[in-house]
Amino acid sequence: MSIELKKVSKRFVDNVVLDGVDFFVAEGETVALLGPSGVGKSVLLKHIIGLIKPDSGEVWVDGQQVPLLGRKALALLRSRIGYVFQNGALFDSMDVFENIRLGITDEEQYADRDYCSKRVKECLRLVNLNEDVGRKYPSELSGGMRKRVGISRAIAGKPTYLLYDEPTSGLDPVNADVIDSLIERLQQEIGVTSVVVTHDVRGAFRVADRIALLAQAKIRAVGTADEIIASRDPVVQQFLERDFEMAIIQANEVPTTERRIGGR
Amino acid sequence: MRAFTAALDLRRHVGRWSLRSASHAGRFFFMLLDLVRGILEWRVWVPRTFDLTLGVGYGSLFIVLLVAGFAGAVTSLQAGYQFTGQLPLYVAGGIISESMILELGPVLTGLILAGRIGARYAAELGSMRVTEQIDALESLGRSPVTHLLLPRILAGLIAIPALVMLANAFGIVVGYITARSSLGLTYADFEFGSRYFFRPLDLWYSLIKSYAFAGAVTIIPCYIGFNTQQGAEGVGRATTQAVVAASVTVLMLDTILTKLILGTAK
Repeated sequence: MSIELKKVSKRFVDNVVLDGVDFFVAEGETVALLGPSGVGKSVLLKHIIGLIKPDSGEVWVDGQQVPLLGRKALALLRSRIGYVFQNGALFDSMDVFENIRLGITDEEQYADRDYCSKRVKECLRLVNLNEDVGRKYPSELSGGMRKRVGISRAIAGKPTYLLYDEPTSGLDPVNADVIDSLIERLQQEIGVTSVVVTHDVRGAFRVADRIALLAQAKIRAVGTADEIIASRDPVVQQFLERDFEMAIIQANEVPTTERRIGGR
Repeated sequence: MRAFTAALDLRRHVGRWSLRSASHAGRFFFMLLDLVRGILEWRVWVPRTFDLTLGVGYGSLFIVLLVAGFAGAVTSLQAGYQFTGQLPLYVAGGIISESMILELGPVLTGLILAGRIGARYAAELGSMRVTEQIDALESLGRSPVTHLLLPRILAGLIAIPALVMLANAFGIVVGYITARSSLGLTYADFEFGSRYFFRPLDLWYSLIKSYAFAGAVTIIPCYIGFNTQQGAEGVGRATTQAVVAASVTVLMLDTILTKLILGTAK
C-alpha cells in the first residue's frame, strides 16, 4: 500500500525536470512535496498515476510497477487513486452531481442511481458543501468551491491513495485554511495514503507527516517538519524563508519563525 | 565552413521533421486502435453519441441547406448561360442534378462541416486537454477515447451522410426552381434530363464520399484537439490546423475517390 519512486528521471526536450529522484510514501502516511513553481512537482505526481512515463527509473504503487502496467491493470490501479487537480479539472459540460458521480469507479455502483445519489451527497457533506451545489455547473462555482468539488470527485470512489496537486494555489488565506483543514480531516476520517504537492509551506507543515523538498530536479530534503526546519541545506533554508515572507504579508502579522513553520 | 553548417542544419531540420511525422503516425494509429477497442464499451458511448448526433445534425442543417441552395441556383444559372440555344433545355436538368449529387452536395457539405464541426471538436477537446479534463478522465480509470472521441466521430458518421443527402435533394430542388424562372424549364423537361443522365452508381458514389468526408472532418480534428499543447494559444493553433487539415483531406479524398470509383466505371 505504499508509493515509491526509484531513480526516476524525466526530461522534456532539453529541460531536465526530474533527475534520478527517489521518493517514498508509507501506507497511511501523508507526505507534502514542496518546491517552487515549475520545478516538476506535478510531473512527479503524474508519474505516480501513470499520466506521464519516466525516461528511466521505477515507479511503484501498491506493489505494481506503474509504467509497465497494461491498459486494464492501469485503469484498475487508477480506480484506487483519487487525484485532485490544480484547477479542479471539472468537466464543464456536466453539473457537479455528474462530475462527482464520475469519480465512482466501480461500474456496478456507477450504474446504480440510488447509490450514486447517496454517495454524491455524502461526498459533498465531507467537503462542507450543500447538496444544492450538485445541480450547479462548474462555471457557477467559486475557486474554493471548485477545489472542494474536485476533492469530492477524488474521494467518491473510496480510494486507497489521494494525490493533491496544489490544492490551495490561487486561494485566499481563509479558503486555503479551509482546504488544509479538509485535507487533515479526510486524512483522519478515511485514512488514505496521501501526497500533497504544494508551494505553501505553512499548509504543508500543517497537513503532512513528512515533508520533501524538490529543487533543481532532485529531492533536496526529506523529513518531519522539525527535521526540515533544522536542515542546514542553503536551498532548503532559502525556500522556507522566501515563503515565510509571503506568509507574513498574507497574514499581516509577524510571529516567530518557529511558530510560523509549524503552523501551530 | 558556412556550407557545412547549412548542410548540418538541413539534416537536423529533416531529422526533426521525420521524427515528428513518425510520432504523429504512431499516435494516430494508437488512437484508431483505441477507437476500435472502445466500441465494446457501448454503454458509455451510445447515450453520448445520440445527443451529439442531434447536435451535429440539427445544428448544421440550416447552413448546409443554405449553401446547397445557393450551389443549386448558381449551377442552374451557369447552365443556362453556357448552353441556352446550343443544347436541348432538358440537358440543364441533368447538369443540375448530376452536379449536385456527384460533386457540389458532398464536397460543399464536407468543407462547411470541416469548418463547423472540425473547429468545434478541436476547440472542445483542446480546451479539455489544457484544462486537464482529459487527464482527469484518465485518472479516474476511464478511457478518454471512449468517452470523448468515439461519440463525436460516430455522431459525425451518422449525421453527415444524412446531411449530404439532404443537401443533394435541396440543391436540386432550388436548381429546378431557378431554372424554371430563369430558363423557362418545365418540370417534365427537368425530370427527363435528370433521369436521362442519372445512374444508380452516382448516388452510391455520393454516399461513399459523404462517409469518407465524415471520417475526415471528425477523426482529424479529434486527433489534433486531443493532442493539443501549450494553453490557449495551443487551442487556437489546434483549431486552425484542424480546419485546414480536414478541408485539404476532403479535397484529396474527393480526387482519390473520383479516380477510384468513376475513373474505372464504364
